[in-house]
Amino acid sequence: MSPMRILIVEDDPEAGSYLVRAFKEAGHVADLANDGLDGYAMASEGDYDVLIIDRMLPRMDGLSLIGGLRQQKVSTPVLILSALGQVDDRVKGLRAGGDDYLAKPYAFSELLARVEVLMRRNGHSLSEPVAYRVADLELDRLAHKLTRKGREIVLQPREFRLLEYLMQNAGKVVTRTMLLENVWDYHFDPQTNVIDVHVSRLRAKIDKGHEVPLLHTIRGAGYMIRDSLR
Amino acid sequence: MTAFVKLLRTTAFKLSLVYLLAFALVAGAMMVWAGWRAKQLFDDQIASTIEVEIAGLAEQYRQLGIRGLVEAVERRARQPGASLYLVTTFAGETVVGNLAALPPGVIQRPGVVETGYQRIGEVEQRRRALARIFILPGGFRLLVGRDLEDREALRRIMTSALTTTLLWLTLIGTIGGIWVARRVLLRVDAMNASVQKIMQGDFLGRLPVNGSQDELDRLAENLNAMLDRIEELMNELRQVSDNIAHDLKTPLTRLRNRAEEALRRERTGEDYRATLETMIDDSDNLIKIFNALLMIARVEAGREQDGNSIFDLSQVAKDMVDLFEPLAEEANARIVLDVDQGLKIKGNRELIGQAIANLLDNALKYGLPDPAQNQAVLENVQSSALISVRLSHEKDKVKLVVADCGTGIAEQNRERVLSRFVRLEMSRTKPGSGLGLSLVSAVIKLHGGKMNLEDNEPGLRVVVTLPALVDSPRSVG
Repeated sequence: MSPMRILIVEDDPEAGSYLVRAFKEAGHVADLANDGLDGYAMASEGDYDVLIIDRMLPRMDGLSLIGGLRQQKVSTPVLILSALGQVDDRVKGLRAGGDDYLAKPYAFSELLARVEVLMRRNGHSLSEPVAYRVADLELDRLAHKLTRKGREIVLQPREFRLLEYLMQNAGKVVTRTMLLENVWDYHFDPQTNVIDVHVSRLRAKIDKGHEVPLLHTIRGAGYMIRDSLR
Repeated sequence: MTAFVKLLRTTAFKLSLVYLLAFALVAGAMMVWAGWRAKQLFDDQIASTIEVEIAGLAEQYRQLGIRGLVEAVERRARQPGASLYLVTTFAGETVVGNLAALPPGVIQRPGVVETGYQRIGEVEQRRRALARIFILPGGFRLLVGRDLEDREALRRIMTSALTTTLLWLTLIGTIGGIWVARRVLLRVDAMNASVQKIMQGDFLGRLPVNGSQDELDRLAENLNAMLDRIEELMNELRQVSDNIAHDLKTPLTRLRNRAEEALRRERTGEDYRATLETMIDDSDNLIKIFNALLMIARVEAGREQDGNSIFDLSQVAKDMVDLFEPLAEEANARIVLDVDQGLKIKGNRELIGQAIANLLDNALKYGLPDPAQNQAVLENVQSSALISVRLSHEKDKVKLVVADCGTGIAEQNRERVLSRFVRLEMSRTKPGSGLGLSLVSAVIKLHGGKMNLEDNEPGLRVVVTLPALVDSPRSVG
């Protein structure tokens, strides 16, 4: 995928530089701001694809920063990082104008996946396409129909939504929590392999009997649907 | 501050001073009133005696003239304990009587008068008398009086009694106050000393209780009960942190060992990759444990949350069963759902969802009969094991039951299993952190509900009751 320009606003220098390095290694461009005011200035001037903002920041609180940007009509997607907080932190963060929320401690793979998905939201037009296509797999959202190599595959409603989300983010890693959030609409950490079982059922339906698998497991991160031949 | 000043500052001492003052005032007032009444009684008696005498003497004068009066006065004046008599001319010259001297002018004013006097034959003795002066026809003045010595003596006795009483009262009151204050102060000092020792780290120390069941004793008992509770909580906390340290040490050590092993000798890039991937899995597990711990801590610290909303609990239960259905199928189990429709509660949908997910997860992990050991049970329960989720409305409560058919939890472990990191499966072969039920318990508590672990014969039945939404007309619309 094309590289993103990411601004990280994080007051812990070690955590911040680690994130910058990690995003660079993942093929993106990342800048670091050490406090809320710097972050605010850089975010309003620079042309970033995604902002990663820590909730607790010196000189300007993370939520105020986001509120200020939104008032200035800066609509860059924001992912909020939060250390320790209340149960409703996520709700507060999203209400303040954040687009996604991740609580520390988190795995970098989770952050990367979420940031990459956030950018898609920004890059594309508001309306979702009517159909998704990955290699020979076609999903028609309007007709609620799935075909591979022209042969129809019957899915349960939940499986359909699962595949829809995966195809919507084709070529990107989607984590288990992201699936639980977007397919089931629950925001907690599934402690077991409960999502895996759903995915492997789906995989059995779309990949079984085909030479080229489309639904891949990315170790330590999640899943990805992609055309392996490309 | 010296010990004595400290004593004087005690509430007990101040209170006894106030009581003393009040008591002295009342006692003094009563004695003054009694004295005054006694004086009145005396005066009335004297006045009536004088009245009778004057009436008698006036009669003498009327019948026998001034001569008769003089005779009568002379006769009476000789008797022992006689009254005071004086008859004068209109100019004040003495005609007869036993009075030597009177203050000037007294004799000229008719009526009752209290006056100093001197009796004939007595020298320079100041006395007081109550007298009545009566003007006889012909201008003669007749004075009849009674000595007031008895009354004065009474007054002196009363006064000295009053002062002595007040003196003793003050003395005894002050000493008593100090004594009471000292008694209370000694006990409060003992309590303070104990508290200070406890604050300095002697957490096993307790306040002294003497068994008298008085107010200080009861206070001490209550404070001791509070200290017991705090100690209990502290022990729990210590237990939790011990468990945390212990349970996190194992995976961290494993993580380190893997890295060390990978570095011990040259390996292929493939090998390194595999090791690193396992290490990431291990770290993810650690992160999950940390997240779960933080979540429990947040839920336990939480009060009324902003994230609270009114949501359809029936739908959440259905969603969770839907989420776990494939997992159950893989484990050759079946989840049976029996849910009253549209049961709404107020709370945090995510937390309740996670709680139900944890219960289902537990049921699937530990609530299925072991095929090797429990062949008989398995046959009894048809071809696949059953997990049931029931949700019903009972008066002002919503009841959620998640039941399995595994080995259940022995009665003595049911309380313990709710604590963090407690896992009943000693071998620890099954995955799990021992945090699932702790979180469920915390979430249910946060929502003002109750959770009971019961015997499902066989298996475990978790019964959760949550306060139902009170239907107000507005919320229906």
